[in-house]
Amino acid sequence: MKCWIPLPVPASIYGFLLLLTALLTGALSLESVKETSDFLIEIMPLMFIPAAVGLMESWGALSGILVQVLIATAVSTILVMGVSGIVTQALIRRQGGKKT
Amino acid sequence: MREIFFNSVFFGVLVSIVTYEGGVWLKQKWKLAVFNPLFLSVLSVMALLTVFEIDYAVYYNGAKYLSYFLTPATICLAVPLYEKIHLLKRYGGAVLGGISAGVATSLVSILACAFVFHFTHEQYVTLLPKSITTAIGMGISEELGGMVTITVAVIIITGVLGNMTAEAVLKLFHIEEPVAKGVAIGSASHAIGTVKAMEIGEIEGAMSSLSIAVAGLLTVAGACAFASFI
Repeated sequence: MKCWIPLPVPASIYGFLLLLTALLTGALSLESVKETSDFLIEIMPLMFIPAAVGLMESWGALSGILVQVLIATAVSTILVMGVSGIVTQALIRRQGGKKT
Repeated sequence: MREIFFNSVFFGVLVSIVTYEGGVWLKQKWKLAVFNPLFLSVLSVMALLTVFEIDYAVYYNGAKYLSYFLTPATICLAVPLYEKIHLLKRYGGAVLGGISAGVATSLVSILACAFVFHFTHEQYVTLLPKSITTAIGMGISEELGGMVTITVAVIIITGVLGNMTAEAVLKLFHIEEPVAKGVAIGSASHAIGTVKAMEIGEIEGAMSSLSIAVAGLLTVAGACAFASFI
């Protein structure tokens, strides 16, 4: 239990839930946030560049286990994508929903 | 002149935008998954910094202003989700089931790889939070005694990989429902993958955004339990 208490939940997740709640309860109208959010989401890929370039600085720490880490990452990422997609799709279809 | 240019705060932002636009242009020209704008831009910036012997710190001094927008942009992902909230109400169970299965797969596959490659406990817990958003992943890694810098590196590699391979992987596993595509991308490769989901479609993007938050929270609990296995 100890490691549950200082939940490492970042501000962005709280913000995400707060904004969603505000929209759902009608405290904020969609029009008031739509334009800004569309813009920010559109330029979002750019925001990841600096952090990804920061990988340059981590080569040293990664060097000994680089190959293993890359294999583990690739295998796991593809499996997770496959399994979560298949399970969701199977549950949707079992529910008998039409194609969305 | 050279110092003034490279030390300017605009340098980092400019070089990021120019290389990204270059990537977009190449992608439009050849339409190959390898020409992923994010991936190309990151490689070009790395090459530029190496060739001109510029410190990452110098680049980051300007480029950090791009990173600052990441928090508000992540929060804004709530807007497309709100616009598709009727889908969530209808398929809530399926979405939650899919994300849970994804989180479980992530933890089990890392555990399996840890056995195969004889990872130490430290290396193992470093990789556990690899499929979730950086801020939560760093927190988990630190809490469990992992190497936080490597966790961040692995999370970014996961995201870029998910972003690049999403379309091929979805095709391979015959995932056709837009809701399922979104859940798959978001659960596997967090916000960097979600960028790709947004490109595929609005429903995919909305479900992928939701999956970042849910998968992140589930992994907090799951990783704590899995950490004791090695």
